[in-house]
Amino acid sequence: MSYYALTIHQAQEKLRSREVSAVELSQSVLTRIQDIDQPLHSYLTVCAEEAFAQAEAADRTLANGATPPPLCGIPIALKDVILAQGVRSTAGSKILEHFIAPYDATVTQRLKEAGAVIIGKVNCDEFAMGSSNENSAFDPCRNPWDTDRVPGGSSGGSAACVAADQACAALGTDTGGSIRLPAAFCGVVGLKPTYGRVSRFGVVAYASSLDQVGPCTKDVWDCALLLEVIAGYDPRDSTSINRPTPSYTAHLERGVSGLRIGIPQEYFIDGMQPEVETAVRDAIAHLQVLGAEIVPISLPHTEYAIASYYIIAMAEASSNLARYDGVRYGYRAAEVEDLGDLYQTTRAQGFGSEVKRRIALGTYVLSAGYYDAYYVKAQKVRTLIRQDFLSAFEACDIIATPVAPTTAFRLGEKLADPLTMYLSDIFTIAVNLAGLPGLSVPCGFDQHGLPIGLQLLGRPFDEAVLLRTGYAYEQDHDWRTRKPPL
Amino acid sequence: MRITPDEVRQIAALARLSFTEAELAELTQHFDTILTYVDKLDELQTDSVEPTAHAVAVSAPLRDDVVTNTPSAAQTDALLANAPSRKTRFFRVPKIIE
Repeated sequence: MSYYALTIHQAQEKLRSREVSAVELSQSVLTRIQDIDQPLHSYLTVCAEEAFAQAEAADRTLANGATPPPLCGIPIALKDVILAQGVRSTAGSKILEHFIAPYDATVTQRLKEAGAVIIGKVNCDEFAMGSSNENSAFDPCRNPWDTDRVPGGSSGGSAACVAADQACAALGTDTGGSIRLPAAFCGVVGLKPTYGRVSRFGVVAYASSLDQVGPCTKDVWDCALLLEVIAGYDPRDSTSINRPTPSYTAHLERGVSGLRIGIPQEYFIDGMQPEVETAVRDAIAHLQVLGAEIVPISLPHTEYAIASYYIIAMAEASSNLARYDGVRYGYRAAEVEDLGDLYQTTRAQGFGSEVKRRIALGTYVLSAGYYDAYYVKAQKVRTLIRQDFLSAFEACDIIATPVAPTTAFRLGEKLADPLTMYLSDIFTIAVNLAGLPGLSVPCGFDQHGLPIGLQLLGRPFDEAVLLRTGYAYEQDHDWRTRKPPL
Repeated sequence: MRITPDEVRQIAALARLSFTEAELAELTQHFDTILTYVDKLDELQTDSVEPTAHAVAVSAPLRDDVVTNTPSAAQTDALLANAPSRKTRFFRVPKIIE
């Protein structure tokens, strides 16, 4: 087995026994990136020089004999909306094409303190707005299982690079499914933590009441470890919640006996790809065999989630992206007449079409005369969606659903009609509105060899139960041993 | 149509965006599709429902009004290094007062 294919826990073992050095491991991953990033295009920036310096430091720590920090020498990739000091951070946008991050995001700082090697910055939809990665202002990232298909979005690079062994693990962000959807499409594990569990400081904002940073990993154990490292209170993010971080890895083996798993009827709909439904139902049946109790539940406002989400997300985006004005950082249009023209031309030239569409729609729903009809209405429906989940969790401990109604679609297939693209997020979006944690775990392949994802949803701050359920399922299946044909 | 190209142009101006005529026609079409879709929310009676701004209830944390992060000269330089145009420690912009 090549070193680049190691999970975090396998790499930990080999690094600690000195079978491989951190420099050798990073070299192996960097070579892998070089070998297959055409045609995948997972990476926007590869940090070879910085990575070797961090790997050398890790080797010194490993050599001195004391217990090394948990990610010592482990190569990890960051979605390009997450800042790493001194490294280019484009957020997938031309407007930030040459932006060098002046400081680390809190999650980056936590990874570095845990000894990780930041191997590079990975592709995403522009400002994390998209479900396919095709809104990246640079070449879109491809799905490693079939390069004619999308890796899912917006954290497509994060999922693709892990599936293709171009990093041991990666961080992504999830505003409406942006970690879980690509994780499902690429056959890796992806977690959106509870809103407030992980700091958003130093992460380029899209929709601040929905955005959350989370791990993309090769298996559930790695996901638990990575969450342990990045979670926790941060005074620099006023929405981060001050409560202790449990040891997620310590409770993985507790099993699912006695756990009540809710199955919402609204998440098994007409028009779903039959293989997806079969795989997800088989996974649920397996959890039942392991001792879980299956409880039918209803989330009656599910069909309103997409409408509520897009109003709220676009409104927040229009406000957040007002900062890109060509004055203090980022792209500035040349040859403008006055300051107003500078703003307008800079933004017209710097932003891609989906970003402009969302800013314009967001401005509209917040404008005088429409605010109550759209924005307040969407926030009220958000309350109903949240209440759906809270009442469901009186009857069950965890909810199991598909991540998406289909496996990965082809590039270009949904580009012409934005609404069709928005509907890809139909099963992931309500979770963000409700602020809940959601885990995507591989649960099979369709007839084209494309991965299928099982989604597990939990009560606020109950990531531990999602992880141990995902782990119990994963231990009895070998989906993760299949590798994409690259 | 729910909205005219002129109205979309006005919204674009508020958002400090500009569009070509072709882009504007397409955007108006997309506005129409998306606004028609989100009308779905009107099926729900929400008069007595409180709006949710944040899923997790948090109040804005307060701290003492003291400087905690005086930037070093190097940090200031790193921030200014991203400026599209600067003069010493200032951002340069086109003239705004005649």
